[in-house]
Amino acid sequence: MKIFVCVKHVPDTAATIKVAGDTGFEDADIKFIANPYDEFGIEEAVSIKESQGGEVVIVTVGGESAPDTIRGALAMGADRAIHVEIDSQFLDAELTAQALKAAIEADGAPELIFTGKGSVDTESFQTPYRLARLFGMPVVNEVSALEVNGGKALATRESGAGEKQVLEMALPCVVGATKGLNEPRYPKFPDIMKAKKKEIKAMGLSDLGVDESAAKVTLVKMEPVPERSQARMLEGSVDDQVTELIRVLKEDEKVLG
Amino acid sequence: MTRTGILVELENGAVKETTLGVMAAAQGGEIFALVAEGDASSVKETLAQYGAATVVDIKGDVMSSPDLAAQVLCDAVSAYELGALLGTASSAGKDIFARAAALMGQPLVSDCVEVNVADKTAKKSHFSGKTVATLKVDAPVFLCTIRPNVYEASESAAAGELVEFNCESADPGLIKIVEVKTDAGGKLDLTEAPVIITGGRAIKSADNFSMLDACAEKLGAAVGASRAAVDAGYAPHSMQVGQTGKTVSPRLYIACGVSGAVQHFAGMKTSKVIVAINEDKDAPIFSKCDYGIVGDIFEVVPKLTEKL
Ligand SMILES: Cc1cc2nc3c(=O)[nH]c(=O)nc-3n(C[C@H](O)[C@H](O)[C@H](O)COP(=O)(O)OP(=O)(O)OC[C@H]3O[C@@H](n4cnc5c(N)ncnc54)[C@H](O)[C@@H]3O)c2cc1C
Ligand SMILES: Nc1ncnc2c1ncn2[C@@H]1O[C@H](COP(=O)(O)O)[C@@H](O)[C@H]1O
Repeated sequence: MKIFVCVKHVPDTAATIKVAGDTGFEDADIKFIANPYDEFGIEEAVSIKESQGGEVVIVTVGGESAPDTIRGALAMGADRAIHVEIDSQFLDAELTAQALKAAIEADGAPELIFTGKGSVDTESFQTPYRLARLFGMPVVNEVSALEVNGGKALATRESGAGEKQVLEMALPCVVGATKGLNEPRYPKFPDIMKAKKKEIKAMGLSDLGVDESAAKVTLVKMEPVPERSQARMLEGSVDDQVTELIRVLKEDEKVLG
Repeated sequence: MTRTGILVELENGAVKETTLGVMAAAQGGEIFALVAEGDASSVKETLAQYGAATVVDIKGDVMSSPDLAAQVLCDAVSAYELGALLGTASSAGKDIFARAAALMGQPLVSDCVEVNVADKTAKKSHFSGKTVATLKVDAPVFLCTIRPNVYEASESAAAGELVEFNCESADPGLIKIVEVKTDAGGKLDLTEAPVIITGGRAIKSADNFSMLDACAEKLGAAVGASRAAVDAGYAPHSMQVGQTGKTVSPRLYIACGVSGAVQHFAGMKTSKVIVAINEDKDAPIFSKCDYGIVGDIFEVVPKLTEKL
């Protein structure tokens, strides 16, 4: 089976984001990683390949340091990668989806495409849907369990309030992975060494016919989230504290009926 | 005035509070409340009271398929010449809006914490809640989902004229729901709950969550868990709040025996009021919340339940 995994190169979620200017952030000292949800996709693709045979190709639309992240994905067992080179991430997910689609199509017919449920930098939660639409494929996002068999996929989707839906779709399809799908493996030293020799094919947007100037979303401003100041600590006996808490929540904050 | 469509979500036949919040965000425009489930005539009054000029009764079982629901939203945008389409960033809302945006090939801003329909700008979290980005959309339709509870319902009477919309589109049949599994006892959805009480590692066992359930019942709250509590097997992952769990934004968030790690805050920092109960007066959470009680959760929580 030919499986593609879309992996985004994003700032480490533990990193401090320092806003610079009106719309930027200082990225020089920040560690970049594979978008955490995409790792569930890589793991799932590699384990399907291990049991059913086939090939796993990583696709990343990212800047010049993206190959570091791509090597990590290759070390998890993917066979090769495509790097679509850009200067900075698109805010218009339609462009990302167009680039991913064109890169995948140029490589060959996909039987299964994995993405993460969403990216932790732009939190846009839509690329898998757009990619599926461009291909005319079915898509299920927030998938926490998957069975792929006989040209079909059974995907379990977390649909809120402790509810889960099991959805069936025909291959080829797009699966947006989330936590619960599997436990991504930690590559061992030999895997890391092997990954260094695997192919990363670089492409530009112009090779793929994607027009960056068609973006319909612009970033007007980027601001740090104001942190709360020190809490007001309630005092006295447990009884006093609780009584005062209920009073402030009802009377001052008006958040309790 | 921008003609703004709003996808109405219902619960037990009534309009969800979160939908009324989305309507508040759209005030200033001409609101078309799109009702695609339940009985539109029975919610017409409420929708009118909160600003719907038109209540669109979408016929057919369109919510049974997210692809069909998305197609119907596109159809409604053309039929009523809508300049904006807003919905709740609930699990279903996010899914349907992303499908609709993909169908239209138009931008979508998901999980907004503020929107300005007239300017087509929206604020949303970037970098797991560390920054707020203001995005401007240059497209004929302004598509957004709004984080539950960030806008409070506010009355603003309008005509609420009921019209029927007969959907001509069919489900493309790409995906089929074969089974729906529900956890015990129809719990409140965390992402939409107006009040949340969360247990951390300090809760010590799955059984002890019943202490939080009892308090939640009095508060009208949903119960959440930290990752440490989930990893220890005290609660299912569907209850996890944080970077790798749910993002929530209730009016009131009460953290019980939670230390206040950044990854936990990533999921709840936009809550309106945050209360922390922790036995360690130096716990990091006390430097990032609004009210703190230093104490044992096994004493404080039952007392709270008793006094509510
Ligand atoms: C990539 C990544 C993603 C993560 N994602 C998440 C996430 O989504 N959500 C999340 O929550 N965490 C997440 N974490 C984990 C996070 O870093 C913390 O480890 C976790 O939040 C700690 O949970 P806790 O506060 O319940 O436990 P602890 O940090 O162990 O805190 C327990 C607290 O309870 C207090 N306490 C103990 N007994 C009592 C008592 N009887 N009464 C009152 N107080 C008491 C203690 O003083 C302590 O402050 C993530 C970590 C990583 C690296
Ligand atoms: N630049 C990118 N390169 C590769 N994959 C991406 C990129 N942007 C988004 N994706 C994929 O789409 C998913 C959802 O992203 P988003 O729509 O940005 O939240 C991610 O988890 C990735 O799998």
